[in-house]
Amino acid sequence: MAGNLVQGAVFTVMVVRAGMLRDPGFAAELAQQVQRSPRFFLNAPVVLDLRGESEFAREAEFAEARRLLRNHTLTLIGVQNAAPAQLNAAQAAGLASFAPNSTQPSRPRPAGSPASASPPPAAAPAAAKSLLVTQPVRSGTQIYARGGDLVVTAPVSPGAEIMADGNIHVYAALRGRALAGASGDGQARIFCSRLEAELVSIAGHYLVSDQLPPEQRGAAVQIALVEDQLTIVSN
Amino acid sequence: MARVIVLTSGKGGVGKTTSAAAIAAGLALRGKRTVVIDFDVGLRNLDLVMGCERRVVFDFINVINGDAKLNQALIKDKRNDNLYIFPTSQTRDKEALKRDGVERVLEELKENFDYIVCDSPAGIEHGAITALYFADSAIVVTNPEVSSVRDSDRILGILASKSRRAEHNLEPVDVHLLLTRYSLERVKKGEMLSVEDVKEILSIPLLGVIPESESVLRASNTGTPVAFDGESPAGRAYLDAVARFVGEQREMRFVQPERRSIFRTLFGRA
Repeated sequence: MAGNLVQGAVFTVMVVRAGMLRDPGFAAELAQQVQRSPRFFLNAPVVLDLRGESEFAREAEFAEARRLLRNHTLTLIGVQNAAPAQLNAAQAAGLASFAPNSTQPSRPRPAGSPASASPPPAAAPAAAKSLLVTQPVRSGTQIYARGGDLVVTAPVSPGAEIMADGNIHVYAALRGRALAGASGDGQARIFCSRLEAELVSIAGHYLVSDQLPPEQRGAAVQIALVEDQLTIVSN
Repeated sequence: MARVIVLTSGKGGVGKTTSAAAIAAGLALRGKRTVVIDFDVGLRNLDLVMGCERRVVFDFINVINGDAKLNQALIKDKRNDNLYIFPTSQTRDKEALKRDGVERVLEELKENFDYIVCDSPAGIEHGAITALYFADSAIVVTNPEVSSVRDSDRILGILASKSRRAEHNLEPVDVHLLLTRYSLERVKKGEMLSVEDVKEILSIPLLGVIPESESVLRASNTGTPVAFDGESPAGRAYLDAVARFVGEQREMRFVQPERRSIFRTLFGRA
């Protein structure tokens, strides 16, 4: 039984270079990003990368960084690449230590260019991992794939609700409610091998069971938003 | 190793208590030492269905609270030496089911029994959650109608997320579907969901189909678990379900139309 007490899991976590926190444009740019995908960033975990950083040897500095990120709905959970003194301070501030990795900045940033020069080409959600569910989604259960796609390989029961910021794929009967593009992405789609849904929605546009075309009931379909109209296409 | 089985459904009136009594009786008939516990505190019924209501002195809540010993509260069935009934309190409410107390009592029962059958109350509140929390197996009792199927689905979700096995990341609760009050006539008329419809929605293995039968009502009213009536259709169906539960292969009965008589087959359509 003891072997089951601790389980491993892999998460996608945002990494912020410690130096960026001192960039005067950082707060404004971060605020912009958060505004674009508020649900993606809400309470999202952040790791502070201390590589080549000489400061952050005092607990108070971590508290300050945590407060700054908190203002933008982010939660600082740990540090990486910390020197011994920094690690002590981080631990005192209640932060975890993450192993170094080969983090790539989400976009190249030429030296000296003003931080708020142009909006980044793609918002962070595109990089998020999809969520795979292999067990039946039972009545009363709610599953949300934050920032990515949701793939379900078992039936979704009436009274269950599945949501994703990206696409929803159900390789079985979809009998509950399915909400794709839950943070407003109108490009998201819903795919299912048997449409018996109570409700389908993309980016807030929805159809209830009664409005689904009877000939597509039970069919394998994909649902997309075309000119603000939910469109159901049989596969 | 003793196994804790919960009979659960979400919806009320689908036949949990009747099924708990019948399954427990069926296990006892197979020589398994079996106790059936009433978790429906305040709406005690199992003792009536088991026909031991006049022998109740102490109950489950007394034992949980330490006011009585287990062997003072257990009632031995008069028809089968392997079968014991553990009645509940009619005067208390579900809040009296304290989880640590229930766990202690179940652990003690495990030392003396092969199977511990828990008859859950309806609903998805404290009483029902406590009844299913310690389960190793669950028999989900469902009637062939949409509201019952949906409630069963909800209970399956709770078994998969709130049971002890789920909370401790152990092997999931082993779940079975028991379809009760099945009427082939009404299925054919389209008034009832078919076995296939229900299996399709719940997607769990089918343990048995119990036909709607007068023998069930008669058994409840006379305090005889229907499995003790091996002649009745429902009794046979329960014995089949128990056989499948312990791993035997049995063909499903009562799901196909009655075979036409030899006479009719020989002489063609009358």
